[in-house]
Amino acid sequence: MADGPDAQGRFGPYGGQYVPETLMPALEELEAAFRAAIADPAFVAAFEGLLASFVGRPTPLTPAERLASRIGGGVRIYLKREDLCHTGAHKINNALGQALLAQRMGKPRVIAETGAGQHGVATATVAALLGQSCRIYMGEEDMRRQELNVFRMRLLGAEVTAVRAGSRTLKDALNEAIRDWVTNVETTHYILGTAAGPHPYPWLVRTFQAVIGTEARDQLVRLEGRLPDAAVACIGGGSNAIGLFAPFISMPSVRLYGVEAGGIGVESGQHAASLTAGRPGVLHGALSYLLQDADGQVQPAHSISAGLDYPGVGPEHSQLRDSGRAAYLTCTDAEALEGMRLLAETEGIIPALETAHAIAALPRICEGLPPGSVVLVSLSGRGDKDMAQVAQRLGTEII
Amino acid sequence: MSSSNPHEGRAGTGRRRPGLGAALEACRASGRKVLAPYLMLGDPDVATSVAVARAMAAAGADAIELGVPFSDPLADGPTIQAAGVRALAGGLRVGRLESAVASIRDAVDCPLALMSYVNPLLQRGYADFVAAMAAAGANGLIVPDLPLEETMPLGAACRGHGVDLVGFAAPTSTDARLAAVARSATGFIYCVSVAGVTGPRSDTLQRVPATVARVRRVTDLPVLVGFGIDSPQKAVAAAAVADGVIVASWIVAAVADLGPGATPAERAELAGAMVGGLRRALDGAAAG
Repeated sequence: MADGPDAQGRFGPYGGQYVPETLMPALEELEAAFRAAIADPAFVAAFEGLLASFVGRPTPLTPAERLASRIGGGVRIYLKREDLCHTGAHKINNALGQALLAQRMGKPRVIAETGAGQHGVATATVAALLGQSCRIYMGEEDMRRQELNVFRMRLLGAEVTAVRAGSRTLKDALNEAIRDWVTNVETTHYILGTAAGPHPYPWLVRTFQAVIGTEARDQLVRLEGRLPDAAVACIGGGSNAIGLFAPFISMPSVRLYGVEAGGIGVESGQHAASLTAGRPGVLHGALSYLLQDADGQVQPAHSISAGLDYPGVGPEHSQLRDSGRAAYLTCTDAEALEGMRLLAETEGIIPALETAHAIAALPRICEGLPPGSVVLVSLSGRGDKDMAQVAQRLGTEII
Repeated sequence: MSSSNPHEGRAGTGRRRPGLGAALEACRASGRKVLAPYLMLGDPDVATSVAVARAMAAAGADAIELGVPFSDPLADGPTIQAAGVRALAGGLRVGRLESAVASIRDAVDCPLALMSYVNPLLQRGYADFVAAMAAAGANGLIVPDLPLEETMPLGAACRGHGVDLVGFAAPTSTDARLAAVARSATGFIYCVSVAGVTGPRSDTLQRVPATVARVRRVTDLPVLVGFGIDSPQKAVAAAAVADGVIVASWIVAAVADLGPGATPAERAELAGAMVGGLRRALDGAAAG
């Protein structure tokens, strides 16, 4: 396991707790509850039991031979199949862990933000499972892009609240969720969906998502008798990436690659590549790389993928970027669409648009690796939710 | 006007800057409840802010809270969010903040407390930001998302320029946190009336007496109650257990409701009338 944050909740200079005073006691309570929970065998057993019986873990590790052969260079590729988790993405690992934590803290109500809708669906799902009242905040623009997920959340008994402020996307949904939490903090737990936000969230989310990397590592060791040479994941806030990276951070032989959303192109200014083109600033309670103007006003992000359409990033990624331990690159909207098509045609797997960014970056990443290298890719989610949007983009109308 | 203002007397040349903490202490000593109304700088333009500030001071404000617009105001409800959007759309950027503050300082004598989220301060640098705002005439700084650990470097910058760094107390604050806040705060303690964001609500005052009492046990600083004070009656009730009130959304919303066509003078007249009503209610309660 990677090192946790320091006592102030910092990863190097990044992270911290930049929140209104009203929330500070809740963050202290959450940290204490989380520490106690992960040290409690009964909690761990409940979490792992539901990961197996409800989420469907362990997820398979799929060799991607036709994809590897199309990319060339003699590299072998393995896909960690988070798309096969119940609800179709890695998000449920964290949502389940936090919902159990809410139960443990005696909070009957959970709230969450969502971008693409995957975290919202995961939260609504575990809330239904555990009998918790649930409200999801979603940008109005994202509700339009991800109508199907809005319907799924409502069917699961959650209230979905449209956020009309700002850019009407993930950033604004987070603002609104935090405002709800400030107001209802004594009865409500906020299930933050990514490894960002104030301490202890980045640490807590990484801990619940680390199952991606530890399972994949163990599976790979069984199949290949060795560790991967590279681990690759897409990055919005960075939860699937930090979950994949977690067991490998202290192993320098494993190269780590995060793929940010390049939107229309980083040079266009229309992108979500905070680690590539941002600079450190405070958003949503943490200091981390951030898209902002000279005055410190947060700039709207852009990505074809609602789940990556976020101007910030988790603080641990900022530390990994500065130290050079992980490399961060970008893929444009157009490249992501090609990545989606590439995986669909070669492996019979349609990835989420978010995940398609990681696929699209593989040719560039593999080019720098010697033949025989083993590359582990987090296949963070499936693409069903994106079909209407992609069809429209490619000029086909589907109902 | 129903009562005299301890800050009366126009500055001559230069930017007279009565200390925030000292001014509030003076109010307390004379039995006057502090009235600190809020305006968003540059909403919708600086000329309006100057006119509104002048009207507020003339109507009996003891200090004025000046909001610095930010793209992601976590602690604010819809009214202040919308005011920030208008101010940013109107072109108020940090680079123009100093001249905006200076214009208000030239128009009024009462202490000015800037309310800004932390990121604009960080981007400019704490020391540089505080020096510039102090030179422009600000007396205090209120940062709703500043962690306690960050009050040390920002507090040091503030002390060097005679700027007070206000501390926050919430109904949810533990006694240990209140004690830590009290140790680092100067000027006054901003007592948040409810667990929640700025703006009107029905249950504003239930928890105020207990929170104020807990603050009193750890500090002698003046305690002002804010968030959800949306009538003279609520102002009186909150001030009865504290040293005064901060009134923001109630005024901002009413002034905004005049619509985009209203002149700065019309907005100022309404803001002044509302502050005047609060002043009379507070003074009447004190006299009664």
